[in-house]
Amino acid sequence: MSPSLRVLKINHMARTVITIPATAKRGEVIEIRVLIQHPMETGYRRSSEGAMLARDLIRRFSCQFEPLAAPANTPAKSEAVFSATLYAAIAANPYLSFHTVVNSSGVFVMQWDGDNGFAQTEHAAITVR
Amino acid sequence: MTMTATRRQFLAAGTAITAGVLVRPATLLAQDDALASLVKAYAGSATPREGRVKLNVAPLVDNGNSVPIEVVVDSPMTATEHVVGIAVFNEKNPQHDVALFVLGPNAGRARVATRIRLATTQKLVAVAKMNDGSCWTHTVEVIVTLAACIED
Repeated sequence: MSPSLRVLKINHMARTVITIPATAKRGEVIEIRVLIQHPMETGYRRSSEGAMLARDLIRRFSCQFEPLAAPANTPAKSEAVFSATLYAAIAANPYLSFHTVVNSSGVFVMQWDGDNGFAQTEHAAITVR
Repeated sequence: MTMTATRRQFLAAGTAITAGVLVRPATLLAQDDALASLVKAYAGSATPREGRVKLNVAPLVDNGNSVPIEVVVDSPMTATEHVVGIAVFNEKNPQHDVALFVLGPNAGRARVATRIRLATTQKLVAVAKMNDGSCWTHTVEVIVTLAACIED
């Protein structure tokens, strides 16, 4: 192989499952369930060769809501819905369930941040009837 | 004469100490020191009290690698009265922190759920912080038959 050709590390996105109702009534309380594929390596385990396995955790999750129909002349302001700080005691493929009141149609922005520069953002839209 | 006085003083002091020990709140005695100090650190200036929060977890856990837990707080979740945060701590994992959750008045329902690891049979505590600054706790004892692996 020519030395000028290098295989760049491909940053595979982790698979996520976001469960959220497609529509809701104004003022309704909805449940949001999120799951992301991640080993959540604690940093307390050893490999079969005896070497410590480096810590690799998702440290933070946050959910923001961006209303679609913002009042005229005001930029759509995102509001904090829920956030979580996760530690080694959270099981692999972290699952979270939380609730929120829906007042308008919009998009939920889910963000996961972790060790080794892990960062992923997913969107989930909801329509208020 | 002096002998009697000393003896009386000694007895009085003994009684006072015994009374002091007996009067200590049962919650303080029941809770492990490590857990209590973590709860105190999270509560800040507030005095954590038992009640209003419920930590739902199976009392007997087959697999410590993934244990579903749910924290429900008795709160109307209005702008004037709501939960601002929930913390979960464990007693005997290598690290005491499990998770911190931040909620707002718009949460509608103070209920969060996740899945955790448990290294051994131990106590878990959930702490809910209200917008008025008060803190409420619930401690649960969990028996784990297959522990989450610490070594491989």
